[in-house]
Amino acid sequence: MDWLTILSTTVHAAIGWETVVYGLAAIGVNIHFGYTGLLNFGQAAFMAVAGYGLAVTVVVFNLPFVVGVLVGLAAAALLALLMGIPTLQLRADYLAIVTIAAAEIIRLVFRSVYFKDIFGGSDGRRGFNGDFYAMNFLYDPGRYGIGPFGFDERTMWLLTVGWAVVLLCCLVVFLLMRSPWGRVLKAIREDEDAVRALGKNVFAYKMQSLMLGGIIGCFGGFFYGLYNGSVQPDVFGTEMTFFAYTIVILGGAARVFGPVVGAMIFWVLFVFVGNLLAELVANGYIPFMTNIQVGPVRYALVGLGFILLLVARPQGIFGDKREIAIDAR
Amino acid sequence: MRDDTMTASAKAAALAAFKDMAREPGVPKPDPILVVDKVVRRFGGLTAVDVDHVEVQRGSITALIGPNGAGKTTFFNQLTGFDTADAGAWTFNGRAMNGVPAHRVARSGMVRTFQLTKALSRLTVMENMRLGAQHQVGESFWHALLPPLWRKQEDEITERAEELLARFKLDAKRDDFAGSLSGGQRKLLEMARALMVRPELVMLDEPMAGVNPALTQSLLGHVKDLRQQGMTVLFVEHDMDMVRDISDWVIVMAQGMVIAEGPPSTIMSDERVIDAYLGAHHDAPLSESELEAQLHEAEAALEAEIEEETQK
Repeated sequence: MDWLTILSTTVHAAIGWETVVYGLAAIGVNIHFGYTGLLNFGQAAFMAVAGYGLAVTVVVFNLPFVVGVLVGLAAAALLALLMGIPTLQLRADYLAIVTIAAAEIIRLVFRSVYFKDIFGGSDGRRGFNGDFYAMNFLYDPGRYGIGPFGFDERTMWLLTVGWAVVLLCCLVVFLLMRSPWGRVLKAIREDEDAVRALGKNVFAYKMQSLMLGGIIGCFGGFFYGLYNGSVQPDVFGTEMTFFAYTIVILGGAARVFGPVVGAMIFWVLFVFVGNLLAELVANGYIPFMTNIQVGPVRYALVGLGFILLLVARPQGIFGDKREIAIDAR
Repeated sequence: MRDDTMTASAKAAALAAFKDMAREPGVPKPDPILVVDKVVRRFGGLTAVDVDHVEVQRGSITALIGPNGAGKTTFFNQLTGFDTADAGAWTFNGRAMNGVPAHRVARSGMVRTFQLTKALSRLTVMENMRLGAQHQVGESFWHALLPPLWRKQEDEITERAEELLARFKLDAKRDDFAGSLSGGQRKLLEMARALMVRPELVMLDEPMAGVNPALTQSLLGHVKDLRQQGMTVLFVEHDMDMVRDISDWVIVMAQGMVIAEGPPSTIMSDERVIDAYLGAHHDAPLSESELEAQLHEAEAALEAEIEEETQK
């Protein structure tokens, strides 16, 4: 049993790139679902258009990295407009249907043979992160860390920028949600007709919320592409969106740091259970399981873990129990 | 004492305007704040609202009554922009309001409450109140990020909200979630929140529905108070005691149409109103044979009585 590897990968997961990527996706979902009550089931689409916006701009059109980021941001904003204009006037469930369908359409377009010259088909695009790592002015080549825990200079650079963006997003959410603007959002979550009756343009606020959450989520798409050095269509499936929702609910909806802590718990549990199972099977402690079965069983066990967590704390880590009690009425 | 006499004077002024007014549906008022013309709303084959003409007098408390399914709430929804009318036009303070979205209607000074109270449960009572204030700098996205831009206005809004909460006796609940209030308190909160908008016309959809009787008097007092402060009130209500108590004028709807208007003291004896509520022939026999049967019954009863008398 290699306990040290299990321990170090678990600790890495708490602050690693997955936590940054999914934390950002979840901060966006938290704005949509937690604060505004919008059921956006297409968060993966915002991440996909951002990742592909960056990749295609740099690889196919040979434009600078910064232009790629701007294209990605613009694509996310445009996607919010496209999905929001027809659906935000309707009842909440329509947005859920349209977003989940739009996300799948976008994934299938990126995957299609027809657009292989642009999006690269199922292989996706690679080789667009050179400029990002060239910008690293903080870390010389080498390893940074204590004992078994540590990252190389590239990962350190990505994590530094990533966590800076995460904290910046948290700050923006914090400032917005204690302002009158955030108050309107929370009121829309409770009852949008009441908000209309008080003279607020509900559609405009919902659109702003959809855009803001989508744009924050799209940073998750950038960091995914930058860490892995590639984007593939199948990464941005519905699974990614539902992971983000799980994270928001784990951390406590409508709480500033809920998604960040939720993402940490999610990935710590995920990595720990996965590696522990793999080690146990490899060393013959679980004779009835093979290595191939570790993957699915890990999902089942992690799901069980989340169920137990939510049984103990239905309001999530940071949630307020009184709010849940009101919901039950 | 002084308050009482002032309330009395506002009521007197309102009543004076209605003195000697014809009891016909759509009768013109001397100073209408709301004028409605030929509003029609159909749901498939059902005509829910078909109002030819109606006016609401400024500074008065006008009740809108009618049997179930008369289209009162649908009519309310048309006027406040929550539903689109199929045809018709209406003006508020002389400004055309048909096709105007709900939030613009509210901004122009015509604010409604709902039959099923819409307290924003997971917001505190104070946040509910603050939401009602108009022209908030901090409600724009970019300004929201810079608290110094809106802090001062927020303090002013809070002060006004506190005054209103004190008036509605909700100040002790200031920091509680609105979802933890009782049904009556929610009605009070909804009314107080509507006042944060500084409306000219307050439209209350069944303000007494589901209110505990102990709170009824307090709610009635608040409605009268609105007129006192120069606002106009239009309300839908089923409770006839309340209608008689506080309204200056009553508009009666049935089957989507305005069928009668009049002062609350006499409106319920109006034949058209009785017909609408109880049916046109509610005291007439259903058929000739039944008429005969009724006569026979009465005769038999009389005969029996006479027989009893003579046997004694």
